[in-house]
Amino acid sequence: MSKDNQILEEFTSKEYEHGWSVNFETDEAPIGLNEDIIRWISAKKEEPEWLLEWRLKAFQTWLEMKEPKWANVRYPKIDFQALKYYSAPKQKKKPKSLDEIDPELLQIYERLGISLNEQKRLQGIAVDAVLDSVSVGTTFKETLSKLGIIFSSFSEAVKEHPDLIKKYLGSVVPINDNYYATLNSAVFSDGSFCYIPKGVRCPMELSTYFRINAANTGQFERTLIIAEEDSYVSYLEGCTAPQRDENQLHAAVVEIYAGKNSEVKYSTVQNWYPGDKQGKGGIYNFVTKRGICAGDHSKISWTQVETGSAVTWKYPSCILKGDYSVGEFYSVAVTNNYQQADTGTKMIHIGKNTKSRIVSKGISAGHSQNSYRGQVQVMKRAVNARNFSQCDSLLMGDKCGAHTFPYIDIQNSSAKVEHEATTSKIGEDQIFYCNQRGIGTEDAVALIVNGYAKEVLNQLPMEFAVEAQKLLALTLEGSVG
Amino acid sequence: MTTLTKNKATDLVLAQIPVLNSFQSLREDSHAILREYGLPHAKEEEYKFTGLSKKIEQSIADFSPASAADLSLETVQSHIFEGFDGDTIVFNNGRFEPELSNLQGQAYELIPLNVSDPSNLGKIAKIEKDPFVALNSASFEDGIYIKVGRNKQVEKPILLLFFNQALKGQVISPRILIEVEDNSEVSFLENSISLDEEVYFCNTVTEIKVSQNAHVHYNRLQNENKKAIIVNNFETDIHRDATFTSVVVSLSGDMLRNNLSLNLLDSGCEGNMYGLYLLDGKTHVDNHTNVDHTKPHAESNELYKGILADKSRGVFNGKIFVRQDAQKTNAFQQNNNILLSEDATVNTKPQLEIWADDVKCSHGCTTGQLDEEALFYLQARGIGKVQAKGLLLYAFVGEVLENITDNSFKQHIENLVQVRLGSSF
Repeated sequence: MSKDNQILEEFTSKEYEHGWSVNFETDEAPIGLNEDIIRWISAKKEEPEWLLEWRLKAFQTWLEMKEPKWANVRYPKIDFQALKYYSAPKQKKKPKSLDEIDPELLQIYERLGISLNEQKRLQGIAVDAVLDSVSVGTTFKETLSKLGIIFSSFSEAVKEHPDLIKKYLGSVVPINDNYYATLNSAVFSDGSFCYIPKGVRCPMELSTYFRINAANTGQFERTLIIAEEDSYVSYLEGCTAPQRDENQLHAAVVEIYAGKNSEVKYSTVQNWYPGDKQGKGGIYNFVTKRGICAGDHSKISWTQVETGSAVTWKYPSCILKGDYSVGEFYSVAVTNNYQQADTGTKMIHIGKNTKSRIVSKGISAGHSQNSYRGQVQVMKRAVNARNFSQCDSLLMGDKCGAHTFPYIDIQNSSAKVEHEATTSKIGEDQIFYCNQRGIGTEDAVALIVNGYAKEVLNQLPMEFAVEAQKLLALTLEGSVG
Repeated sequence: MTTLTKNKATDLVLAQIPVLNSFQSLREDSHAILREYGLPHAKEEEYKFTGLSKKIEQSIADFSPASAADLSLETVQSHIFEGFDGDTIVFNNGRFEPELSNLQGQAYELIPLNVSDPSNLGKIAKIEKDPFVALNSASFEDGIYIKVGRNKQVEKPILLLFFNQALKGQVISPRILIEVEDNSEVSFLENSISLDEEVYFCNTVTEIKVSQNAHVHYNRLQNENKKAIIVNNFETDIHRDATFTSVVVSLSGDMLRNNLSLNLLDSGCEGNMYGLYLLDGKTHVDNHTNVDHTKPHAESNELYKGILADKSRGVFNGKIFVRQDAQKTNAFQQNNNILLSEDATVNTKPQLEIWADDVKCSHGCTTGQLDEEALFYLQARGIGKVQAKGLLLYAFVGEVLENITDNSFKQHIENLVQVRLGSSF
């Protein structure tokens, strides 16, 4: 432990010398996947030898693995040899002003309440000097580095803090974890790295920075968050604005390490392209997210609002290893048209007096299928473990489906575990009540849905909660007739 | 159905299935299914926590059917509980024993399967659904077919008594088909008794057709010896405005697997499932229930409770399917467990799959201990800790036991439960 502390101290005391973003030449890997491609990616990113070996080991493991079939989702088989595994942020033809943007998209932005400047940034329009992303970024950077917080792109962290990466990479999601996580380990392109030193409370939502300087992190994103003893961080991934991504397959990995007395709050708003109304196209989102409450009294909280992607396969999990550690999972998953979502969580109680809480709200409309799949596991030595799970489903229309697959495995007699689930629809009387009072049917649905999801939305950072509410209404637009 | 490659148990079983002259096409199809899919593998989702194939491989040396055991009328009568008034149908290692049975000429027909060939056999419990159904269908030698005609009220309960004893740990394959026609009512009691303490493998298939506006009640007690391996496949088709209620009480055995399926085929029908597992030692009980709502306005209720002591393990998997047509469905499911020891394990998976929007479905499950405050309340009023615990546990299981229809059977089970609750801690 003393050696670890030494390493960490070294890094936390170091000044931040480099800028935030690393500019690669616009370049793409050839189609296909083999060892040479991985070597190519690793060389391209000037990675150290050990990381290349780590990638190759993951690749070898991946070759022997089989694609998981247990999820309640259906999609055509993915040809992994037909994909491009590396493409540096492309310099797309940038529109000169908002006039050139699809008016439908602008309308959505407006309704989400996204500021004009941000609208421009989202569309890749050079933003004027008033809100220059670089300068804002610099201000944030200064505030953060004064506190010793490291927040950088993953590839930069590999160069700057190789010991930290070496120590924690794969410690929560090992390279042989599952098919998509292993694939990610072999070919991950970039992502973010966040390190909160001992006793530091991160003064801002790390999202704030992220929103202004959203990096195109590509389809195999890797995130690593380390919270040392007595620290706190709130991290937000994604954006409420619709993302028209070209990549069909996204296999990201997020790892969180929480030390003694620390707290990590991870919020996600995902609104990727869900495919058209006939279910053509759309993103496959196969994500592995896991956090470990390694120290006593630590806490990890996942909040997610999932409205996009054609197929979602995502189970943010907590390993409650430290005594008195707490894991939370709050989720709203909305599916419309032909979207499919199989999402939930895993709470693994190992330490004594550990607590977990699961609140999952599924909303299905159109022809969509929405599944909750969760596991609560209480190990033998997890004395006095406590879990409460609630998973509700709301069905809109008679062509959609809502499914629940909770696994509850208890090996300790002092555990208290509760699970409850309900399925219902929006009552005609509720709609009628609103109609009578001059609220249109569509607005009434939005109102009811927001009330239904409130328990989860309340967990989101303020500015996102407002947008997420509007997003819910927008996603469900046209689903009642 | 399993898609994995066959295992050793399958080879052993296939090599020793007897050649039989009845039900030729059913047997051939069952053989084909077993050859193709085999018995469930350890990684099979449906048998994830219950390694039956391995258990069978380890414990059963001889897969030939067990021949009839030595069974006297006195033995049979000693197992009929006090105050019971009704018909008894006795099975000796799965074979119907007309001599030992007591039939009072009630309003139903009883036909041994070796003399008749009912067209519905194998139509309700489909061999593709589970390899153990296929195994039974390929190897059962005897069984009964009970038919309750239209507008009949079978007043007294029918008790099915299964006496099991395999001298060399062989296989027992009881087979029962029950058809209850329109507007009729009947109630069944079932009790399985081990004649000695040796291992055997009992693989039962029970098929029930509940026709329009018929009402069937089926109560089961499983209290076999500590080495018994039991697979119970229970399939029911429930038609318009009919009701079916099942109560299963599992008290002992080595490994028990209960597959219970309710197919709600028309509107207005109702299915109820109650279960209690009270386990000690190393007993492993796995209850898999499946309710399929296919038409509107049907209702299902499910309540399973378990108390687990020592190194026992309780598995519960309750599936509710609500098909797209099944609007206005009400489906409720509840599973509660109490763990009494550090080494007991519960694996529960209450599963809902819903394709219709205008439904009311809920499920809940809890695992915990006795309420300390309730215990204190009783202790403060002069009731000893052991007694107080027994009282609270008895109240916990009471909710399930009150659904048993026949009083003498209920009393018999209550006595067994009370003894167990008083002695296990």
